[in-house]
Amino acid sequence: MTNSTRKRLQPLSPNIQIYRPQLTSVLSIANRISGIALSLYAVALVVWLVAAAAGPHAYSTAHVFMGSWVGRILLFGCTFSFFLHLCGGIRHLIWDAGYGFELRTIYASGWMVVLVSSALTLLSWILSLVLAG
Amino acid sequence: MNNEGMRSPLGRASGLGSAKNGVEQWWRERVSALALVPLTVWFAASLIVHTGSDYATFIAWLQTPITSLLMVLLLVGVFYHTALGLQVVIEDYVHSGLKTFAVLGMRFGCCGLAVAGILATLRIAFSR
Repeated sequence: MTNSTRKRLQPLSPNIQIYRPQLTSVLSIANRISGIALSLYAVALVVWLVAAAAGPHAYSTAHVFMGSWVGRILLFGCTFSFFLHLCGGIRHLIWDAGYGFELRTIYASGWMVVLVSSALTLLSWILSLVLAG
Repeated sequence: MNNEGMRSPLGRASGLGSAKNGVEQWWRERVSALALVPLTVWFAASLIVHTGSDYATFIAWLQTPITSLLMVLLLVGVFYHTALGLQVVIEDYVHSGLKTFAVLGMRFGCCGLAVAGILATLRIAFSR
């Protein structure tokens, strides 16, 4: 066997590009992406508080932006990121306590994160729209 | 605890290996996560309740002592957890000499934003 053929037969390490997405891997990266998104929304939280402290004029500017379509889409993204990161985080905390590592349980808790975070996002928006009148 | 017990004489002499505080950041991230569960749920629920409130109602809510307290705790928790989480993200993807500066810049940013948010909260709390 020549050197070049042996090189070709060597096993390759797992590579992200050739992997079929699975619930476990998708939720893992989703937790990180939602965390990064929430960091940006945390900046918005401070801007919003500073606007409120600055007075009614600055606050109404922030409020008008939040009520615009761009603002609403961003707020919807914030709500979903928050509930996804919250549910995913609780799943991680349960793992860190040493529970839930069986394959069946991992998939059950994973689907639960997807369902519960989607349901809570929709529920928040329905409640919010009903209360706003 | 005797940390040196498991090390070989060569390992001890060369002094390489973990900096002995690897678990610390992981643990702090979990503790702050646990604290943020009730704080963020309270905040989300409050925002839902206050949808459509005018400025005066919103300020009156922020001025109640319990809201001011929880808001300051929320800001501390959020930016503490954010700094720890973003540090891991930076360390995973930035491998050049920029890594240290990226982490430092991110940390300064988190500290600044946390202080700005707390000052705004206190200014509202103590106005009038």
